[in-house]
Amino acid sequence: MEKTQNTNKELMLTNRAVARGAYEAGVRVLSAYPGTPSTEIAENFVTFDGVYAEWAPNEKVAVEVAVGAAVAGARAMACMKHVGLNVAADPLFTSSYTGINGGLVIVVADDPGMHSSQNEQDSRYYARSSHVPMLEPSDAQEAKDFVKLAYEISEKFDTPVLLRLTTRVAHSRSLVELCEREDVPLRPYEKSVAKYAMMPANAIVRHRFVEERDSELAEYVNGLSVNRAEYTKSKIGVVCSGVVYEYVKEALPNANVFKVGTVHPLPIKAIQAFSQKVSQLFVIEELEPFIEDQLKAAGIKCKGKDIFSLQGEISVSKILEKFERLPVPVPDKVPPRPPVMCAGCPHRGVFYVLNKLKLTVNGDIGCYTLGAQPPLAAVDTVLCMGGSVSMAHGFKKATKGVSNNVAVIGDSTFIHSGITGLINAVYNESGITLIILDNSTTGMTGHQQHPATGKNLKGEPAPAVLLDDLCRACGVKDVSVVDAYDVAAVEDAIKKGIASDKVSVIIAQRPCVLLDKSPKPKAIVNGCRNCGKCMKLGCPAIVKGKDGISIDPVQCTGCGLCARICPFGAITVEKEGV
Amino acid sequence: MMNILIAGVGGQGTLLTSRVLGKYAQLAGMDCKLSEVHGMSQRGGSVTTHVRIGEKIYSPVIWEGGADMVIAFEVLEAARVKHFLKEDGILLVNDERILPMPCITGAVEYPSGLKASLLQEVNRAYFVPATEMAESAGSAKATNIVMLGCLCRLFGFERDVMEQAVSECVPEKFRELNLRAFDTGYNRVK
Repeated sequence: MEKTQNTNKELMLTNRAVARGAYEAGVRVLSAYPGTPSTEIAENFVTFDGVYAEWAPNEKVAVEVAVGAAVAGARAMACMKHVGLNVAADPLFTSSYTGINGGLVIVVADDPGMHSSQNEQDSRYYARSSHVPMLEPSDAQEAKDFVKLAYEISEKFDTPVLLRLTTRVAHSRSLVELCEREDVPLRPYEKSVAKYAMMPANAIVRHRFVEERDSELAEYVNGLSVNRAEYTKSKIGVVCSGVVYEYVKEALPNANVFKVGTVHPLPIKAIQAFSQKVSQLFVIEELEPFIEDQLKAAGIKCKGKDIFSLQGEISVSKILEKFERLPVPVPDKVPPRPPVMCAGCPHRGVFYVLNKLKLTVNGDIGCYTLGAQPPLAAVDTVLCMGGSVSMAHGFKKATKGVSNNVAVIGDSTFIHSGITGLINAVYNESGITLIILDNSTTGMTGHQQHPATGKNLKGEPAPAVLLDDLCRACGVKDVSVVDAYDVAAVEDAIKKGIASDKVSVIIAQRPCVLLDKSPKPKAIVNGCRNCGKCMKLGCPAIVKGKDGISIDPVQCTGCGLCARICPFGAITVEKEGV
Repeated sequence: MMNILIAGVGGQGTLLTSRVLGKYAQLAGMDCKLSEVHGMSQRGGSVTTHVRIGEKIYSPVIWEGGADMVIAFEVLEAARVKHFLKEDGILLVNDERILPMPCITGAVEYPSGLKASLLQEVNRAYFVPATEMAESAGSAKATNIVMLGCLCRLFGFERDVMEQAVSECVPEKFRELNLRAFDTGYNRVK
């Protein structure tokens, strides 16, 4: 095999390459909220010298921070997953009008196929509707290069720029060449109410500017090298972008390819010229017919979603199936292995009680969404970040208060957007019961800090929001704090909460078991009658056998939940050090 | 061009395995792409990572029917991703069963006879007791490195380069243990 020169290159996660690109582009300020598959960008950026990076309580705050930093004259970045951009849509749309001072890039990571998400929305439409240009890289090297290009475009055209990733790009590793950090001085801030204070009279003028900028950008992108035609002797031509470009090159090595780097605005003229050199044109894109519709509107004949699905990911095998009639090998039918709550997870006991009490549970986004899975099967609804609290309020109002429902939310998600729902419930007097599962971290995305953990993105000590005080300050009279492992106390608190017609908050506290690295006590089974009660916990460490259960000593954390609920006292937990 | 799909249960160390292979490619001066999925897919669920090594790599993801080798850290996971193998591909399986939640609760049964049917269906299938071998080498956590030792031999990768890649990817205090685990894996297969 030929050896290529890659001694100066690093095999890098694309999210790290985005962070590296921001560093090399002289970015000074980054704000983000964790969300798969975008989380590692902020985590990597903060490791560079001479930069400022933070976890914001939510994506709206993150974008506003970045806009503020950009208007103040610094190059700035905000990062989020696709649904986070819904939360941040408000500042996005108006920052398109104000424009920037220092360059501003907003990174959004879509999740086709929903590896870790509640929907598979296509964020490219945000670019179009907010009139903000959007770049889409295909691998780590491009991600780094595109970040730098994004800052050039941002400052050249006085606009925020969106950088779109998808899971397969964000979470793949490829070789990246490192460069030095560019010294980008802080631009002077000059007061301009007409530009930066958006009220009708000013916004009307800025809207005209946005339209002019759109026209200039639409022309400009046709000459960019990130939008390029790769010609062969084939008759067919494929228009694609992002990771799909990599799939097309793999599956159809002989096809003419137009690689789109700016998915908004599209290089329509360049694609038009490309289309005239091929006899049949295809658009291969994941999710919506975003490119296809615009080509058709421009009078360019092409095929796309009449061949490929709107759902899930494109793959090499799907392209081979459509173009080469090669059938996609199908998997054997085997039992699924869904993700489960970890052994020792402090959320488990709460869901066990909720299931036992047969309550309707308005759930939320986080590890505890797994409480919807059998055997706990304790969650009824999951909508969006913070949605549990407000939906529980809606349930109460719809049923004039008789519905037997509770809201369940994690600590990070509560800070993100649960708190506004709680204020609403207090103000509009619905008497909901809210359980905050406080595991002192953002669990599902891999243990990020948040405003209530007492640490910042760097892991340094930071002021901590006290959740119980915060709830009281919102006007909740009945706030109780319980140990999440103490199922009897959890059950008492929930019963008390649902019996009351006032808003009550139960904070079930216990740090995520994965954060606790101390030696674990062992659970011992003696005299199991195989009644099956502990099996209702859905603990992966408990295995049912013919003559009773056994506990896997590798997985067991000695949380003692099974010992607490065993009616025959057949499970005991050895005390530490014994 | 080599396409290696690694399948396992969240927490079994598939990510580390793919990173060692990525390091190997770098040390050997080859192009390489890795693909992994974080988040909800962990937490004890099925996990796959993709490793592609060659002169010039496009797709970071291996496709169905495109893998030269599938390494599975668990038998059920081997059956789940078997269709990724090329016709003459190598299937390397850790001979261990880990029950998924639907089997723990009794909703479905863990299929019996999986090993026999995989051995029958796949010409080049190898089963190794990697977990036990890792335990003998010092820790069950090194199961992935035992498997990597097997892979290195089966694929004819350069042993010393792979050992260097292992050394560079694991914390120093676990280096000896992992190199021991690698050795037992390497010597297990021919």
